[in-house]
Amino acid sequence: MLAIRNLRKSYASPEAGRSLVIDIAGFSLGAGEQRALRGESGTGKTTFLHLVAGILAADSGTIEIDGVDIAALTESRRDRVRAGKIGVIFQAFNLLQGYTVLENVLLGMSFGPGGAGRGRARHLLDRVGLSHRLDHFPNQLSTGQQQRVAVARALANGPRLVLADEPTGNLDGRNAGEALALITDTCREAHAALLLVSHDERVLGQFGTVRDFSEINGACR
Amino acid sequence: MILPLILYRSLRQHALPSLVAIASIALASGLLMAVWAVKEQAQESFVNTTTTFDAVLGARGSKLQLVLNSIFHLEASPGNLPESDYLMIKRHPAVKTAIPIAVGDNYHGWRIVGTIDELFTGVDLGQGRHYVLEPGGRLFAADRKEAVVGAFAAKRTGLKVGDTFHPFHGLVFDPRQQHADLYTVTGILGTTNTPADRVIWIPLEGLQTMSGHDPRLAHDVSAVLIQLRAPSAGFLLDLMYNRQGDRLTFAYPVGAIIADFFSKIDWFDRVLALVAYLVAVVAAASVLAGIYASMSARRRDLAILRALGARRRTVFGAVLAEAAFIGALGSAAGYAVYAVLFTGVAAVIRSQTGVVLTLGAWHSILWAGPVGMILLCSIGGLVPAFKAYRLPVAETLAPTS
Repeated sequence: MLAIRNLRKSYASPEAGRSLVIDIAGFSLGAGEQRALRGESGTGKTTFLHLVAGILAADSGTIEIDGVDIAALTESRRDRVRAGKIGVIFQAFNLLQGYTVLENVLLGMSFGPGGAGRGRARHLLDRVGLSHRLDHFPNQLSTGQQQRVAVARALANGPRLVLADEPTGNLDGRNAGEALALITDTCREAHAALLLVSHDERVLGQFGTVRDFSEINGACR
Repeated sequence: MILPLILYRSLRQHALPSLVAIASIALASGLLMAVWAVKEQAQESFVNTTTTFDAVLGARGSKLQLVLNSIFHLEASPGNLPESDYLMIKRHPAVKTAIPIAVGDNYHGWRIVGTIDELFTGVDLGQGRHYVLEPGGRLFAADRKEAVVGAFAAKRTGLKVGDTFHPFHGLVFDPRQQHADLYTVTGILGTTNTPADRVIWIPLEGLQTMSGHDPRLAHDVSAVLIQLRAPSAGFLLDLMYNRQGDRLTFAYPVGAIIADFFSKIDWFDRVLALVAYLVAVVAAASVLAGIYASMSARRRDLAILRALGARRRTVFGAVLAEAAFIGALGSAAGYAVYAVLFTGVAAVIRSQTGVVLTLGAWHSILWAGPVGMILLCSIGGLVPAFKAYRLPVAETLAPTS
């Protein structure tokens, strides 16, 4: 469902010229598959996920999601693909602080083809154990609860692919374990593939196969 | 469905700058509408007020002063004319009605005007309306010290039928200038929404022979209000009095003289309108400044929306819609500001001139003003909207790792 070939991304370097941060010859992920990538800070993991999400444009290469090369699409069409097929869980959660829990999840589905549905949003929040916090604002929740809202929002548009960027980076050990279980379980239930990047060995240990990001990203070598 | 939510939450998150912008827009929109509506309606009302009489005959001087003094009861009289001139024009075959008036006294600042009862019984105020006395009153008798009080003057002075009062000499109230004569109120006039509402009417002879007035002028009048049988006759009388004669002034046509007056003070309207426009532009700029200043706080929210799949044009539209919505809310509140300003100005105009302006009257500015403000605010919103459009999502969301 995700197939990447010859993906390259560079940034303008402060010292002049360009600095290559992503150089991936090939990477793939099957439908419903869950995979973790290990990587330390500064290795380009977030840039990689932003490229896969279509938030960033690649310099070259292909990123096929369900057969559609989003690297070749305009930004507007990439936005549309992201809204309809991809869910993103950020390390900092990136919840909208001025919106209630329910509204955050509604926004997660509102840009997709199905539009927003309060029933589904409530169902998702019930699934992550927050049905009693619908009208709360993020700053009224614990860190673990905020992470659960982020999970519900990532799944709100019924994605084919969920991208998780250090999803437990802001959580303590107990909450991290619960959050990870929630992410993997809900993705499985939703038949969504999961691509998770982290440097937390407690998280990575929960996955059968873990690859080092530096192994697939030639720019790290 | 999602746009109203984004608008609502954004306005709540940035409530203070939004409220300031809304208040600015309300003030600007209200001011713009009030200036325009008062100008148009005042001009129309003043011109309409003059339609009761076609012309005014008075002492040699300014036509405008003559009209303002004799019809609007403003300014000082340019002088008197002998009774013979009044009688001559009264008998002129082209003249339908000739009403003499004499001025020069007041009661606590309210003008006392001497006239004949024909003003109240024989003059059509337009559209078949005539002066009407409130129940329980009657007109003054020509040979008695009696008075009929205009509705507005009666309300303000508290005079009622049966009350007595001493007139004061001059047009400005001076307690040392009290006449010995004692007048009795015999009637209160119904509201006419004309300057006559502000006048205390007494018999012509009463004012002419008031104690302390020069007995040599006892038969003079201040002006003669004239209704013509045919408008064309006015030009003949104009030729006779103004071109061939050099003693009197024949102010004709009265409506044109007032319209000419307004055209001469058009610069004042323009200055007021310019001020209103400037306030409108400043208000729109406050919307721009408010949204633009809060853009740093919004950047992250907008980037998150983009990460959730919102397109560039969606966030552009959301910011633009917010600016337009602030403009719409401000314009809606502007009607309240308009009502307050208009009511205040109308009260001043009524107390000073007797001319009534109607708050409920429709003017094109009442829709053009708010629509213009919304457009202006939308234009003001273009800059922050464009900034939102160009927002770098990945850089804004998180540091790379």
